[in-house]
Amino acid sequence: MNDLLEIKDLTIHYVTDGGTVRAVENLNLRLGHGETLGFVGETGAGKTTTALGIMRLIPSPPGVVKSGRIIFDGEDLLTKSEAEMRAIRGGKIAMIFQDPMTSLNPVMTVDKQIAEMIRLHRDVDKAESLKLAGDMLELVGIKRERMHDYPHQFSGGMKQRVVIAIALACDPGLLIADEPTTALDVTIQAQVLELMKKLKQQFGASMILITHDLGIVADICDKVAIMYAGRVVEYADKRALYANPTHPYTIGLFNSVPDLDEDRESLNVIPGLMPDPMDLPAGCAFHPRCAYATSVCSESKPEMMEAAPGHFVACPIRGRERK
Amino acid sequence: MIRYIVRRILFLIPVLAGVAFCVFTLLYLTPGDPAKMVLGEMATERAIQEFREREGLDKPFLMQFANYVYKAVTRGDIGRSYVTKRPVMDEILAAFPATLKLAAFAIVIAIIIGLPCGILSAIKQYSIFDTAAMIFAMIGLSMPVFWLGLLLILLFSVHLRWLPPSGFDTFQAMILPSLALSAQSISMITRMTRSSMLEVIRADYIRTARSKGQKESVVIWRHALHNALIPVVTLCGLQFGQLLSGAILTESIFAIPGVGRLMVDSIKARDYPVVQGGVLFVAVAFSLVNLLVDLLYAYIDPRIKAQYK
Amino acid sequence: MDAPVLKSNKKRGALMEVLFRLKKSPLAMFGFFFIIFLAFTAIFADVLAPHPYQRQNLSHAFETPSKQFLLGTDEFGRDILSRLIYGARVSLQVGFIAVGIALFAGGMLGAAAGYYGGWADNAIMRVMDVMLSIPQTLLAIAIAAALGPGLFNLMIAVGISAVPNYARIVRGSVLSLREMEFIEAARAVGSSDLRIITKHIIPNSMAPIIVQSTLGVASAILNAAGLSFIGLGIQPPYPEWGAMLSGGRQYIRDYPHLTLYPGLAIMLTILALNFLGDGLRDALDPKLKR
Repeated sequence: MNDLLEIKDLTIHYVTDGGTVRAVENLNLRLGHGETLGFVGETGAGKTTTALGIMRLIPSPPGVVKSGRIIFDGEDLLTKSEAEMRAIRGGKIAMIFQDPMTSLNPVMTVDKQIAEMIRLHRDVDKAESLKLAGDMLELVGIKRERMHDYPHQFSGGMKQRVVIAIALACDPGLLIADEPTTALDVTIQAQVLELMKKLKQQFGASMILITHDLGIVADICDKVAIMYAGRVVEYADKRALYANPTHPYTIGLFNSVPDLDEDRESLNVIPGLMPDPMDLPAGCAFHPRCAYATSVCSESKPEMMEAAPGHFVACPIRGRERK
Repeated sequence: MIRYIVRRILFLIPVLAGVAFCVFTLLYLTPGDPAKMVLGEMATERAIQEFREREGLDKPFLMQFANYVYKAVTRGDIGRSYVTKRPVMDEILAAFPATLKLAAFAIVIAIIIGLPCGILSAIKQYSIFDTAAMIFAMIGLSMPVFWLGLLLILLFSVHLRWLPPSGFDTFQAMILPSLALSAQSISMITRMTRSSMLEVIRADYIRTARSKGQKESVVIWRHALHNALIPVVTLCGLQFGQLLSGAILTESIFAIPGVGRLMVDSIKARDYPVVQGGVLFVAVAFSLVNLLVDLLYAYIDPRIKAQYK
Repeated sequence: MDAPVLKSNKKRGALMEVLFRLKKSPLAMFGFFFIIFLAFTAIFADVLAPHPYQRQNLSHAFETPSKQFLLGTDEFGRDILSRLIYGARVSLQVGFIAVGIALFAGGMLGAAAGYYGGWADNAIMRVMDVMLSIPQTLLAIAIAAALGPGLFNLMIAVGISAVPNYARIVRGSVLSLREMEFIEAARAVGSSDLRIITKHIIPNSMAPIIVQSTLGVASAILNAAGLSFIGLGIQPPYPEWGAMLSGGRQYIRDYPHLTLYPGLAIMLTILALNFLGDGLRDALDPKLKR
């Protein structure tokens, strides 16, 4: 089966005066047609950098794509020219950003911001594009008569709806949503997620959902990739991963989610902190915090291994246990 | 919006009354008898007495101030020059066009040079152009206008003989004074445009625009510039207000018959009514320019506009 | 907390930190050393000046730079270098004392306005509005014209015209600090208003004040030179850079060195202060702290 997106050995560094930040290291990832991938990890794990890497929007300097391939629809995005990339951005891959408060241009009415996207990728005139923009707004649940309003006239949840309308305006094959609900109130979060789930199905798009909320992943994803310090440490079907979390970091993540059925005094937190991305530990980046670690872990970087069919994990110790 | 404008204008009144009071007090405290200044040292005691009664100079301080304001508001009468004996208002109005022309020229030059330099500096941050522009901007900020004016005269009038060293009648004559006066504004506009652009370029909505597949040039021109210009417009307006008064030194170097030179000459001649009127006039002009800037600001920033509805 | 809290026991550390970051900017360091150099020159002018500033020698008038007169002589045959050295004294005095006056008056007014709020705030800030509605140069000219010429009057005129700048900055910092918890804590343990202002609020609003003061000295020197240039500042024969420029102006066609050197002295001084102020702004910016 041909995947929609396949990332191979992607390495992205930020080179600054103070040192090199290894934001993404030898990352591998696959996404099938119509699938939703949950991309989970702590702040600073490299999720957003990976997303921006796919869009080829890494701010440079200081960002540098060191190596790897990003194969989208059979073609490597990293070899595309800037002009070719522009046709793909928005047209084939669209992105929803984290903070709707700042993601919209404050001095432009929302219909124009949607129409800009439409005119870039579809052959329509200005009037038609504005009409389509109004349609998109209705689709995301905003009344048509508000299309000439400015972003500041909308609430946070409404703004995120506008951002979703922009992203979906040209029917992209892949939607990358970078923590789309983190900045919103809890009640609004559910509404926006529901909307995204519905529209994703309606448009038949694939989606990468970046989040640190395992609840959201359980709700709408098919596949899950767990990221730690620039690498994917575990990748599996959602059910398989939730039933059998294998990588020690994943286990730690699950344990740190409070369970209402259990009566416990405190949360199980993973001991220690995320390592400094300028100074990653040798071997497995997680080994200083890992309860399973042996001497091997500090010596060589763990390879991805298939612990069960379709369930990949980058931990030799736990991987072998499962087998 | 109209309510906002009216409110702003009403708000100006106490401020200008305050300015008038300060200026009037300054003059009142200044040594020298106005009657003797007008009539000359040789005037008879009776003539002086008559003059004091006629002009209300024998009244208490606050009465005199009330009288001054009353005449200023009702008749635009802000006294007579001790030297020329003409109404101060006539003197100022005769001089104002030259000052206005000079300030307008200077601000146009400042915007034409400062804006592109600031934008380019921001887009090419840390490039050689950026470094050079920033150093030049700093030199421009540190350059005393009277020295820059003299240097320009030395180079373009004395050595190269391209442009006249004084006067303000022809286009050629206006070039040097406008350039000298605009140096500070060029620097400030360049620096402000650069920092404002740098801030905006990093904004999330710029990333959104790029993620749409928009061309970088359009991202800069349509999305970044409009947002970055909002504070720059304010600065340009404030600078224009400053130039109206900053023209004082420039006018005296290039012998331009504007309000600034009128004031300098009046200070030297101890012609205080003209000094007083000049300060008041410039304060009014300055406040009106600032008001216009605020209105323009509301016009280009929809967020502000919404507040005043 | 975001505010750069300088606790007294950490003061040295914070100061060193600022100096360390200042060192990274060559332009700021140039500014710093130039001002030190200038201050040294001003203090030891009596020793350093090759000739007395007022000694006229008409037979040596309008001389171009030579071994005897390193920067040449003016229309009265006075040594330009010596006059520049004594001029540094005036300029630095005017710059620092004028800013001192402005800082003291503006700081007090701003702190009172911000701290007490309400009626006091309104009254003080409306007066500041009145002062701000007159452009600063013009305000200085108006005050100088009323007071008459002289070094002391010049300082007062330039200082008073800058008061609103400081009042605004101090008021702003006080307003943002007033609600902070450590101020409430101080109030809770019964500290007096004066003590809270002097011990807590002023040290914590130092950063923007230091930057504004540095840039303020530059604009004060510039303003003072401008006033002297139009004849409202220091009176001859005492040397002031602006006045020297003004005096040499009429001879610019034949003897441009009369105007070049004083102008260069003004410009370099202002430039140094501006570079230093900019560098300080970056060094003191808590947002840049890593």
